[in-house]
Amino acid sequence: MTSLLEIADLSAEVAGKPILKGLSLRVGAGEIHAIMGPNGAGKSTLGYVLGGRPGYEVTGGSVTFAGQDLLALAPHERAAAGLFLGFQYPVEIPGVSNVQFLREALNAQRTARGEAPLSGGEFLKLAREKAGLLRFDMEMLKRPVNVAFSGGEKKRAEMVQMGILGPTLAILDETDSGLDIDALRICGEGINAIMRQPDKAVVLITHYQRLLDYVQPDVVHVLADGRIVRSGGPELAHELEAQGYEATA
Amino acid sequence: MSEVLALPTRKDEDFRYSDLAALGTVWPVARETIVVAAGEAGSLVVVPEGELVARHLVVSLEEGARFDLFVLNAGHAFGRVAVDVLLGRGAEFRLGAAQLGNGSETLELVTEVTHAEPDAVSRQVVRSVLAGSATGTYLGRVAVARGAIGSDAEQSVRAMLLDRTATANARPELEIYADDVKCAHGCAIGELDASGLFYLESRGLSPAAAKRLMLQAFIAEAFVGAPDEDALAAAAQAALAGLL
Ligand SMILES: Nc1ncnc2c1ncn2[C@@H]1O[C@H](COP(=O)(O)OP(=O)(O)O)[C@@H](O)[C@H]1O
Ligand SMILES: [Mg+2]
Repeated sequence: MTSLLEIADLSAEVAGKPILKGLSLRVGAGEIHAIMGPNGAGKSTLGYVLGGRPGYEVTGGSVTFAGQDLLALAPHERAAAGLFLGFQYPVEIPGVSNVQFLREALNAQRTARGEAPLSGGEFLKLAREKAGLLRFDMEMLKRPVNVAFSGGEKKRAEMVQMGILGPTLAILDETDSGLDIDALRICGEGINAIMRQPDKAVVLITHYQRLLDYVQPDVVHVLADGRIVRSGGPELAHELEAQGYEATA
Repeated sequence: MSEVLALPTRKDEDFRYSDLAALGTVWPVARETIVVAAGEAGSLVVVPEGELVARHLVVSLEEGARFDLFVLNAGHAFGRVAVDVLLGRGAEFRLGAAQLGNGSETLELVTEVTHAEPDAVSRQVVRSVLAGSATGTYLGRVAVARGAIGSDAEQSVRAMLLDRTATANARPELEIYADDVKCAHGCAIGELDASGLFYLESRGLSPAAAKRLMLQAFIAEAFVGAPDEDALAAAAQAALAGLL
Protein backbone atom coordinates (compact mmCIF):
# COMPACT_ATOMS: atom_id res chain seq x y z
CA MET A 1 0.00 0.00 0.00
CA THR A 2 1.40 3.38 -1.00
CA SER A 3 1.40 5.77 1.85
CA LEU A 4 -0.33 9.02 0.90
CA LEU A 5 0.32 10.80 4.18
CA GLU A 6 3.16 10.03 6.50
CA ILE A 7 3.48 11.96 9.73
CA ALA A 8 6.59 11.15 11.71
CA ASP A 9 7.21 12.27 15.28
CA LEU A 10 5.45 15.59 14.76
CA SER A 11 5.68 18.23 17.45
CA ALA A 12 3.96 21.59 17.32
CA GLU A 13 3.17 24.46 19.61
CA VAL A 14 0.61 27.21 19.73
CA ALA A 15 1.40 30.47 21.48
CA GLY A 16 4.49 28.86 22.96
CA LYS A 17 2.53 25.92 24.40
CA PRO A 18 3.45 22.43 23.19
CA ILE A 19 0.31 20.72 21.83
CA LEU A 20 1.48 17.95 19.51
CA LYS A 21 4.15 15.89 21.21
CA GLY A 22 5.65 13.38 18.83
CA LEU A 23 2.64 12.32 16.76
CA SER A 24 3.07 9.65 14.12
CA LEU A 25 0.48 8.50 11.61
CA ARG A 26 0.49 6.75 8.22
CA VAL A 27 -2.46 6.94 5.89
CA GLY A 28 -2.42 4.82 2.76
CA ALA A 29 -4.18 5.63 -0.49
CA GLY A 30 -7.73 4.26 -0.49
CA GLU A 31 -7.96 4.30 3.31
CA ILE A 32 -10.27 6.01 5.74
CA HIS A 33 -8.91 6.74 9.19
CA ALA A 34 -10.83 8.00 12.17
CA ILE A 35 -9.19 10.01 14.93
CA MET A 36 -11.01 10.18 18.22
CA GLY A 37 -9.90 11.62 21.52
CA PRO A 38 -10.81 13.85 24.41
CA ASN A 39 -11.35 17.59 24.07
CA GLY A 40 -8.13 19.53 24.10
CA ALA A 41 -6.07 16.52 22.95
CA GLY A 42 -4.78 18.37 19.89
CA LYS A 43 -7.03 17.02 17.13
CA SER A 44 -7.90 20.40 15.62
CA THR A 45 -4.30 21.48 16.09
CA LEU A 46 -3.22 18.52 13.98
CA GLY A 47 -5.60 19.64 11.23
CA TYR A 48 -4.37 23.22 11.36
CA VAL A 49 -0.71 22.16 11.35
CA LEU A 50 -1.34 20.01 8.29
CA GLY A 51 -3.17 22.93 6.64
CA GLY A 52 -0.35 25.35 7.50
CA ARG A 53 -2.26 27.79 9.67
CA PRO A 54 -0.11 30.72 10.85
CA GLY A 55 0.60 30.55 14.57
CA TYR A 56 0.76 26.76 14.64
CA GLU A 57 4.47 26.25 14.84
CA VAL A 58 6.07 22.95 13.99
CA THR A 59 8.94 22.28 16.39
CA GLY A 60 9.93 18.82 15.24
CA GLY A 61 9.20 15.85 13.02
CA SER A 62 8.14 15.62 9.40
CA VAL A 63 5.08 15.30 7.20
CA THR A 64 5.24 13.75 3.76
CA PHE A 65 2.21 14.03 1.51
CA ALA A 66 2.17 12.31 -1.85
CA GLY A 67 5.95 12.20 -1.76
CA GLN A 68 6.37 15.92 -0.99
CA ASP A 69 7.51 17.68 2.16
CA LEU A 70 4.13 19.09 3.14
CA LEU A 71 5.54 21.43 5.78
CA ALA A 72 7.64 23.25 3.19
CA LEU A 73 4.51 24.35 1.30
CA ALA A 74 2.34 27.44 1.86
CA PRO A 75 -1.33 26.74 2.66
CA HIS A 76 -2.52 27.38 -0.91
CA GLU A 77 0.22 25.14 -2.29
CA ARG A 78 -0.91 22.35 0.04
CA ALA A 79 -4.42 22.73 -1.39
CA ALA A 80 -3.07 22.54 -4.94
CA ALA A 81 -1.13 19.44 -3.94
CA GLY A 82 -4.47 17.83 -3.05
CA LEU A 83 -5.07 18.55 0.63
CA PHE A 84 -8.46 19.64 1.93
CA LEU A 85 -9.14 20.69 5.51
CA GLY A 86 -12.73 20.55 6.73
CA PHE A 87 -13.00 23.07 9.55
CA GLN A 88 -14.53 22.31 12.93
CA TYR A 89 -15.76 25.91 12.82
CA PRO A 90 -16.09 27.06 9.20
CA VAL A 91 -15.26 30.75 8.89
CA GLU A 92 -17.79 33.35 7.75
CA ILE A 93 -16.56 35.71 5.03
CA PRO A 94 -18.99 38.59 4.46
CA GLY A 95 -19.40 39.82 0.91
CA VAL A 96 -17.51 36.96 -0.77
CA SER A 97 -19.80 34.51 -2.52
CA ASN A 98 -19.17 30.77 -2.36
CA VAL A 99 -19.40 30.43 -6.12
CA GLN A 100 -16.98 33.28 -6.81
CA PHE A 101 -14.39 32.15 -4.31
CA LEU A 102 -14.62 28.44 -5.18
CA ARG A 103 -14.20 29.10 -8.87
CA GLU A 104 -11.14 31.23 -8.20
CA ALA A 105 -9.77 28.69 -5.75
CA LEU A 106 -10.33 25.72 -8.06
CA ASN A 107 -8.79 27.53 -11.03
CA ALA A 108 -5.81 28.64 -8.93
CA GLN A 109 -5.28 24.99 -7.97
CA ARG A 110 -5.69 23.80 -11.54
CA THR A 111 -3.28 26.43 -12.84
CA ALA A 112 -0.72 25.43 -10.22
CA ARG A 113 -1.03 21.82 -11.39
CA GLY A 114 -0.63 22.80 -15.02
CA GLU A 115 -4.30 22.10 -15.85
CA ALA A 116 -6.52 24.42 -17.86
CA PRO A 117 -8.86 26.60 -15.79
CA LEU A 118 -12.61 25.88 -15.98
CA SER A 119 -14.87 28.32 -17.78
CA GLY A 120 -17.78 29.90 -15.92
CA GLY A 121 -20.19 27.42 -17.49
CA GLU A 122 -18.04 24.38 -16.73
CA PHE A 123 -17.60 25.50 -13.17
CA LEU A 124 -21.31 26.05 -12.59
CA LYS A 125 -22.08 22.60 -13.96
CA LEU A 126 -19.58 21.07 -11.54
CA ALA A 127 -20.89 23.15 -8.64
CA ARG A 128 -24.48 22.18 -9.40
CA GLU A 129 -23.57 18.50 -9.51
CA LYS A 130 -21.75 18.58 -6.16
CA ALA A 131 -24.41 20.73 -4.49
CA GLY A 132 -26.96 18.17 -5.68
CA LEU A 133 -24.93 15.38 -4.13
CA LEU A 134 -25.14 17.11 -0.76
CA ARG A 135 -28.77 18.29 -1.35
CA PHE A 136 -27.44 21.81 -0.93
CA ASP A 137 -29.43 24.66 -2.43
CA MET A 138 -27.54 26.17 -5.37
CA GLU A 139 -28.97 29.58 -4.45
CA MET A 140 -27.25 29.35 -1.06
CA LEU A 141 -24.00 28.71 -2.86
CA LYS A 142 -24.33 32.14 -4.45
CA ARG A 143 -24.46 33.78 -1.03
CA PRO A 144 -21.47 34.90 1.04
CA VAL A 145 -19.28 32.15 2.44
CA ASN A 146 -20.91 30.63 5.56
CA VAL A 147 -22.65 33.91 6.46
CA ALA A 148 -26.06 33.29 8.03
CA PHE A 149 -25.69 29.55 7.45
CA SER A 150 -26.84 27.29 10.30
CA GLY A 151 -24.26 25.01 11.89
CA GLY A 152 -25.46 22.10 9.76
CA GLU A 153 -25.52 24.17 6.56
CA LYS A 154 -21.93 25.24 7.15
CA LYS A 155 -20.83 21.62 7.42
CA ARG A 156 -22.74 20.64 4.31
CA ALA A 157 -21.34 23.65 2.44
CA GLU A 158 -17.87 22.42 3.37
CA MET A 159 -18.63 19.04 1.84
CA VAL A 160 -19.83 20.79 -1.32
CA GLN A 161 -16.51 22.68 -1.37
CA MET A 162 -14.70 19.38 -1.01
CA GLY A 163 -16.67 17.93 -3.90
CA ILE A 164 -15.86 20.86 -6.13
CA LEU A 165 -12.18 21.02 -5.25
CA GLY A 166 -11.69 17.24 -5.54
CA PRO A 167 -8.79 16.72 -3.11
CA THR A 168 -6.82 13.51 -2.73
CA LEU A 169 -6.65 13.78 1.05
CA ALA A 170 -9.36 15.27 3.25
CA ILE A 171 -8.82 16.01 6.94
CA LEU A 172 -12.36 16.47 8.26
CA ASP A 173 -12.52 18.03 11.71
CA GLU A 174 -15.79 17.17 13.46
CA THR A 175 -17.78 17.43 10.27
CA ASP A 176 -20.57 15.64 12.11
CA SER A 177 -21.02 18.21 14.86
CA GLY A 178 -24.08 20.39 14.33
CA LEU A 179 -25.72 17.92 11.93
CA ASP A 180 -29.17 16.48 12.44
CA ILE A 181 -29.79 12.83 11.58
CA ASP A 182 -30.74 13.43 7.95
CA ALA A 183 -27.87 15.82 7.32
CA LEU A 184 -25.50 13.33 8.95
CA ARG A 185 -26.55 10.65 6.49
CA ILE A 186 -26.31 13.05 3.53
CA CYS A 187 -22.82 14.17 4.57
CA GLY A 188 -21.72 10.61 5.22
CA GLU A 189 -22.89 9.51 1.79
CA GLY A 190 -21.31 12.62 0.28
CA ILE A 191 -17.95 11.81 1.83
CA ASN A 192 -18.15 8.26 0.47
CA ALA A 193 -19.14 9.42 -3.01
CA ILE A 194 -16.42 12.05 -3.20
CA MET A 195 -13.53 10.46 -1.35
CA ARG A 196 -13.90 6.68 -1.31
CA GLN A 197 -11.60 6.00 -4.22
CA PRO A 198 -8.42 3.97 -4.56
CA ASP A 199 -6.19 7.03 -4.94
CA LYS A 200 -7.80 9.15 -2.21
CA ALA A 201 -7.89 9.06 1.57
CA VAL A 202 -9.78 10.60 4.48
CA VAL A 203 -8.88 11.39 8.07
CA LEU A 204 -12.10 11.85 10.02
CA ILE A 205 -11.82 13.60 13.34
CA THR A 206 -14.91 12.79 15.37
CA HIS A 207 -16.26 12.15 18.83
CA TYR A 208 -19.05 9.85 17.78
CA GLN A 209 -19.66 6.47 16.22
CA ARG A 210 -22.70 7.80 14.34
CA LEU A 211 -20.71 9.32 11.44
CA LEU A 212 -18.61 6.17 11.27
CA ASP A 213 -21.81 4.18 10.71
CA TYR A 214 -21.96 5.85 7.31
CA VAL A 215 -18.28 6.31 6.59
CA GLN A 216 -16.73 3.09 7.79
CA PRO A 217 -13.11 3.57 8.80
CA ASP A 218 -10.34 1.12 8.05
CA VAL A 219 -8.35 2.30 11.04
CA VAL A 220 -9.37 4.08 14.25
CA HIS A 221 -6.85 6.05 16.33
CA VAL A 222 -7.01 7.59 19.75
CA LEU A 223 -5.26 10.94 20.05
CA ALA A 224 -4.52 11.98 23.62
CA ASP A 225 -2.17 14.66 24.89
CA GLY A 226 -0.65 15.34 21.50
CA ARG A 227 0.08 11.75 20.48
CA ILE A 228 -1.60 8.76 18.90
CA VAL A 229 -1.85 6.48 21.92
CA ARG A 230 -3.78 3.63 20.41
CA SER A 231 -4.81 2.36 17.00
CA GLY A 232 -7.15 -0.42 15.98
CA GLY A 233 -9.87 -1.54 13.63
CA PRO A 234 -13.44 -0.20 13.43
CA GLU A 235 -14.32 -2.07 16.63
CA LEU A 236 -12.14 0.36 18.60
CA ALA A 237 -14.62 3.16 17.91
CA HIS A 238 -17.44 1.08 19.40
CA GLU A 239 -15.32 0.28 22.40
CA LEU A 240 -14.50 3.97 22.92
CA GLU A 241 -18.10 4.96 22.59
CA ALA A 242 -19.13 2.37 25.18
CA GLN A 243 -16.31 2.87 27.67
CA GLY A 244 -14.91 6.36 27.15
CA TYR A 245 -11.32 7.38 26.52
CA GLU A 246 -9.99 6.86 30.02
CA ALA A 247 -10.83 3.19 30.21
CA THR A 248 -9.16 2.47 26.87
CA ALA A 249 -6.09 4.67 27.14
CA MET B 1 -9.19 87.93 -2.66
CA SER B 2 -6.01 87.07 -0.81
CA GLU B 3 -8.08 85.76 2.09
CA VAL B 4 -10.10 83.39 -0.03
CA LEU B 5 -7.03 82.06 -1.75
CA ALA B 6 -4.75 81.79 1.25
CA LEU B 7 -3.37 78.30 1.63
CA PRO B 8 -4.94 76.65 4.68
CA THR B 9 -2.83 75.72 7.67
CA ARG B 10 -2.92 72.70 9.92
CA LYS B 11 -4.98 74.70 12.39
CA ASP B 12 -7.80 74.60 9.92
CA GLU B 13 -9.82 71.54 11.01
CA ASP B 14 -10.60 70.54 7.42
CA PHE B 15 -6.89 70.34 6.62
CA ARG B 16 -5.62 68.88 9.86
CA TYR B 17 -4.18 65.71 8.29
CA SER B 18 -3.54 67.12 4.83
CA ASP B 19 -0.32 67.21 2.88
CA LEU B 20 0.05 70.99 2.78
CA ALA B 21 3.05 71.00 0.47
CA ALA B 22 1.11 68.95 -2.07
CA LEU B 23 -1.97 71.02 -1.50
CA GLY B 24 0.03 74.13 -2.33
CA THR B 25 0.68 72.79 -5.83
CA VAL B 26 -3.03 72.55 -6.62
CA TRP B 27 -4.26 75.52 -4.61
CA PRO B 28 -6.64 77.27 -5.02
CA VAL B 29 -9.16 74.53 -5.71
CA ALA B 30 -12.00 75.55 -8.01
CA ARG B 31 -15.45 74.86 -6.63
CA GLU B 32 -17.69 72.75 -8.80
CA THR B 33 -21.28 73.67 -8.21
CA ILE B 34 -24.08 71.18 -8.60
CA VAL B 35 -27.70 72.08 -8.11
CA VAL B 36 -30.45 69.50 -8.24
CA ALA B 37 -33.81 71.18 -8.73
CA ALA B 38 -36.88 70.38 -6.65
CA GLY B 39 -38.11 66.84 -7.18
CA GLU B 40 -35.28 65.96 -9.57
CA ALA B 41 -32.67 63.22 -9.17
CA GLY B 42 -29.04 63.17 -10.22
CA SER B 43 -25.92 61.12 -9.74
CA LEU B 44 -22.22 61.57 -10.29
CA VAL B 45 -19.18 59.32 -10.25
CA VAL B 46 -15.98 61.11 -9.31
CA VAL B 47 -12.69 59.38 -10.02
CA PRO B 48 -10.07 62.12 -9.71
CA GLU B 49 -7.07 61.82 -11.98
CA GLY B 50 -3.51 62.96 -11.52
CA GLU B 51 -0.56 62.62 -9.19
CA LEU B 52 -1.60 65.63 -7.12
CA VAL B 53 -5.26 66.40 -7.27
CA ALA B 54 -7.93 68.18 -5.29
CA ARG B 55 -11.61 68.53 -6.07
CA HIS B 56 -14.23 70.54 -4.25
CA LEU B 57 -17.90 69.91 -4.99
CA VAL B 58 -20.61 72.19 -3.70
CA VAL B 59 -23.96 70.45 -3.94
CA SER B 60 -27.29 72.02 -3.32
CA LEU B 61 -30.45 69.89 -3.23
CA GLU B 62 -33.76 71.64 -3.45
CA GLU B 63 -36.98 70.34 -1.96
CA GLY B 64 -37.44 66.61 -2.56
CA ALA B 65 -34.33 66.36 -4.74
CA ARG B 66 -32.03 63.37 -4.66
CA PHE B 67 -28.35 63.09 -5.46
CA ASP B 68 -26.11 60.02 -5.41
CA LEU B 69 -22.38 60.64 -5.38
CA PHE B 70 -19.73 57.95 -5.77
CA VAL B 71 -16.05 58.62 -5.25
CA LEU B 72 -13.04 56.45 -5.95
CA ASN B 73 -9.99 58.19 -4.53
CA ALA B 74 -6.99 56.05 -5.44
CA GLY B 75 -3.56 56.18 -6.97
CA HIS B 76 -2.58 59.75 -6.14
CA ALA B 77 0.44 60.97 -4.21
CA PHE B 78 -2.09 63.48 -2.94
CA GLY B 79 -5.80 63.13 -3.59
CA ARG B 80 -8.37 65.26 -1.86
CA VAL B 81 -12.11 65.36 -2.41
CA ALA B 82 -14.18 67.89 -0.50
CA VAL B 83 -17.94 67.86 -0.71
CA ASP B 84 -20.30 70.44 0.78
CA VAL B 85 -23.94 69.50 0.64
CA LEU B 86 -26.93 71.64 1.50
CA LEU B 87 -30.16 69.69 1.86
CA GLY B 88 -33.56 71.25 1.36
CA ARG B 89 -36.81 69.88 2.72
CA GLY B 90 -37.16 66.12 2.15
CA ALA B 91 -34.03 65.99 0.00
CA GLU B 92 -31.84 62.89 -0.06
CA PHE B 93 -28.08 62.68 -0.45
CA ARG B 94 -26.09 59.48 -0.73
CA LEU B 95 -22.33 59.17 -0.80
CA GLY B 96 -20.42 55.98 -1.48
CA ALA B 97 -16.67 56.42 -1.38
CA ALA B 98 -13.56 54.28 -1.41
CA GLN B 99 -10.05 55.49 -0.74
CA LEU B 100 -7.24 53.11 -1.65
CA GLY B 101 -3.74 54.22 -0.78
CA ASN B 102 -0.24 52.86 -0.91
CA GLY B 103 3.35 54.10 -0.55
CA SER B 104 3.37 57.53 1.06
CA GLU B 105 0.10 58.64 -0.51
CA THR B 106 -2.21 61.04 1.28
CA LEU B 107 -5.90 60.62 0.49
CA GLU B 108 -8.63 62.71 2.01
CA LEU B 109 -12.34 62.94 1.87
CA VAL B 110 -13.88 65.89 3.64
CA THR B 111 -17.65 66.23 3.72
CA GLU B 112 -19.90 68.78 5.24
CA VAL B 113 -23.57 67.93 4.99
CA THR B 114 -26.11 70.42 6.23
CA HIS B 115 -29.68 69.39 6.88
CA ALA B 116 -31.07 72.89 6.54
CA GLU B 117 -34.75 71.97 6.48
CA PRO B 118 -36.94 69.16 7.85
CA ASP B 119 -37.12 65.56 6.67
CA ALA B 120 -33.93 65.36 4.63
CA VAL B 121 -31.90 62.15 4.49
CA SER B 122 -28.14 61.74 4.15
CA ARG B 123 -26.29 58.45 3.97
CA GLN B 124 -22.52 58.20 3.71
CA VAL B 125 -20.61 54.96 3.27
CA VAL B 126 -16.84 55.38 3.27
CA ARG B 127 -14.36 52.51 2.95
CA SER B 128 -10.60 52.99 3.04
CA VAL B 129 -7.85 50.50 2.41
CA LEU B 130 -4.38 51.70 3.31
CA ALA B 131 -1.07 50.00 2.70
CA GLY B 132 2.57 51.01 3.05
CA SER B 133 2.79 54.29 4.90
CA ALA B 134 -0.24 55.81 3.22
CA THR B 135 -2.59 58.12 5.09
CA GLY B 136 -6.33 58.03 4.52
CA THR B 137 -8.55 60.60 6.14
CA TYR B 138 -12.29 61.02 6.35
CA LEU B 139 -13.59 64.13 8.03
CA GLY B 140 -17.34 64.18 7.87
CA ARG B 141 -19.41 66.83 9.52
CA VAL B 142 -23.16 66.55 9.57
CA ALA B 143 -25.02 69.63 10.77
CA VAL B 144 -28.71 69.54 11.51
CA ALA B 145 -30.06 73.07 11.60
CA ARG B 146 -32.53 74.39 14.12
CA GLY B 147 -35.99 73.35 13.04
CA ALA B 148 -34.79 70.59 10.70
CA ILE B 149 -36.95 68.02 12.43
CA GLY B 150 -37.27 64.56 10.95
CA SER B 151 -33.69 64.66 9.69
CA ASP B 152 -32.12 61.26 9.12
CA ALA B 153 -28.34 61.15 8.83
CA GLU B 154 -26.11 58.11 8.71
CA GLN B 155 -22.37 57.73 8.39
CA SER B 156 -20.72 54.34 8.06
CA VAL B 157 -16.97 54.72 8.05
CA ARG B 158 -14.55 51.81 7.98
CA ALA B 159 -10.87 51.57 7.25
CA MET B 160 -8.63 48.58 6.74
CA LEU B 161 -4.92 48.84 7.41
CA LEU B 162 -2.79 46.39 5.46
CA ASP B 163 0.45 47.47 7.10
CA ARG B 164 1.27 48.70 10.56
CA THR B 165 2.85 51.78 9.00
CA ALA B 166 -0.36 52.97 7.32
CA THR B 167 -2.60 55.54 8.98
CA ALA B 168 -6.34 56.03 8.96
CA ASN B 169 -7.97 59.14 10.37
CA ALA B 170 -11.71 58.95 10.67
CA ARG B 171 -13.77 61.64 12.27
CA PRO B 172 -17.50 61.53 11.75
CA GLU B 173 -19.01 64.50 13.54
CA LEU B 174 -22.56 65.52 14.34
CA GLU B 175 -23.84 68.94 15.20
CA ILE B 176 -27.48 68.72 16.00
CA TYR B 177 -29.59 71.77 16.73
CA ALA B 178 -33.00 70.19 16.23
CA ASP B 179 -35.18 67.66 18.05
CA ASP B 180 -36.69 64.52 16.63
CA VAL B 181 -33.77 63.61 14.38
CA LYS B 182 -32.21 60.26 13.63
CA CYS B 183 -28.45 60.31 13.40
CA ALA B 184 -26.17 57.31 13.45
CA HIS B 185 -22.52 56.98 12.87
CA GLY B 186 -20.29 53.98 12.98
CA CYS B 187 -16.57 54.09 12.65
CA ALA B 188 -14.11 51.21 12.69
CA ILE B 189 -10.48 50.81 11.83
CA GLY B 190 -9.18 47.28 11.56
CA GLU B 191 -7.11 44.69 9.82
CA LEU B 192 -8.16 41.82 7.57
CA ASP B 193 -9.54 38.86 9.49
CA ALA B 194 -6.66 36.37 9.75
CA SER B 195 -8.92 33.33 10.10
CA GLY B 196 -10.85 34.37 6.99
CA LEU B 197 -7.61 34.70 5.05
CA PHE B 198 -6.42 31.28 6.16
CA TYR B 199 -9.78 29.76 5.27
CA LEU B 200 -9.56 31.10 1.71
CA GLU B 201 -5.90 30.11 1.39
CA SER B 202 -6.65 26.60 2.61
CA ARG B 203 -8.92 26.27 -0.43
CA GLY B 204 -6.14 27.16 -2.82
CA LEU B 205 -6.12 30.95 -3.11
CA SER B 206 -2.73 32.65 -2.90
CA PRO B 207 -2.37 35.11 0.00
CA ALA B 208 -2.68 38.04 -2.44
CA ALA B 209 -5.81 36.58 -4.08
CA ALA B 210 -7.38 35.91 -0.68
CA LYS B 211 -6.72 39.47 0.44
CA ARG B 212 -8.02 40.87 -2.82
CA LEU B 213 -11.30 38.95 -2.52
CA MET B 214 -11.86 40.13 1.04
CA LEU B 215 -10.96 43.72 0.23
CA GLN B 216 -13.17 43.74 -2.85
CA ALA B 217 -16.06 42.71 -0.63
CA PHE B 218 -15.09 45.38 1.88
CA ILE B 219 -15.19 48.26 -0.58
CA ALA B 220 -18.13 46.91 -2.60
CA GLU B 221 -20.45 48.26 0.09
CA ALA B 222 -19.54 51.78 -1.01
CA PHE B 223 -20.51 51.25 -4.63
CA VAL B 224 -23.85 49.49 -4.28
CA GLY B 225 -26.29 51.08 -6.71
CA ALA B 226 -23.69 53.19 -8.56
CA PRO B 227 -24.72 54.10 -12.14
CA ASP B 228 -22.03 51.86 -13.59
CA GLU B 229 -21.32 49.68 -10.59
CA ASP B 230 -19.33 47.08 -12.52
CA ALA B 231 -16.99 49.62 -14.13
CA LEU B 232 -16.42 51.31 -10.78
CA ALA B 233 -15.80 47.96 -9.10
CA ALA B 234 -13.34 47.06 -11.85
CA ALA B 235 -11.47 50.34 -11.42
CA ALA B 236 -11.38 49.79 -7.67
CA GLN B 237 -10.14 46.24 -8.19
CA ALA B 238 -7.30 47.47 -10.39
CA ALA B 239 -6.34 49.98 -7.72
CA LEU B 240 -6.54 47.28 -5.05
CA ALA B 241 -4.20 45.03 -7.02
CA GLY B 242 -1.60 47.79 -6.70
CA LEU B 243 -1.86 47.58 -2.91
CA LEU B 244 -1.12 43.87 -2.61
N1 LIG C 1 -5.03 29.52 19.17
C1 LIG C 1 -4.74 28.93 20.33
N2 LIG C 1 -4.15 29.63 21.32
C2 LIG C 1 -3.84 29.03 22.49
N3 LIG C 1 -4.09 27.74 22.76
C3 LIG C 1 -4.68 27.00 21.82
C4 LIG C 1 -5.04 27.54 20.56
N4 LIG C 1 -5.61 26.57 19.82
C5 LIG C 1 -5.61 25.48 20.59
N5 LIG C 1 -5.05 25.73 21.78
C6 LIG C 1 -4.87 24.75 22.87
O1 LIG C 1 -4.37 23.58 22.31
C7 LIG C 1 -4.92 22.44 22.94
C8 LIG C 1 -5.47 21.52 21.89
O2 LIG C 1 -6.59 22.15 21.27
P1 LIG C 1 -7.34 21.50 20.04
O3 LIG C 1 -6.34 21.09 19.04
O4 LIG C 1 -8.39 22.43 19.62
O5 LIG C 1 -7.98 20.21 20.70
P2 LIG C 1 -9.14 19.26 20.21
O6 LIG C 1 -9.48 19.62 18.82
O7 LIG C 1 -8.57 17.89 20.34
O8 LIG C 1 -10.28 19.45 21.15
C9 LIG C 1 -5.93 22.95 23.93
O9 LIG C 1 -5.34 22.95 25.20
C10 LIG C 1 -6.20 24.35 23.48
O10 LIG C 1 -6.52 25.15 24.58
MG1 LIG D 1 -11.23 20.31 17.94
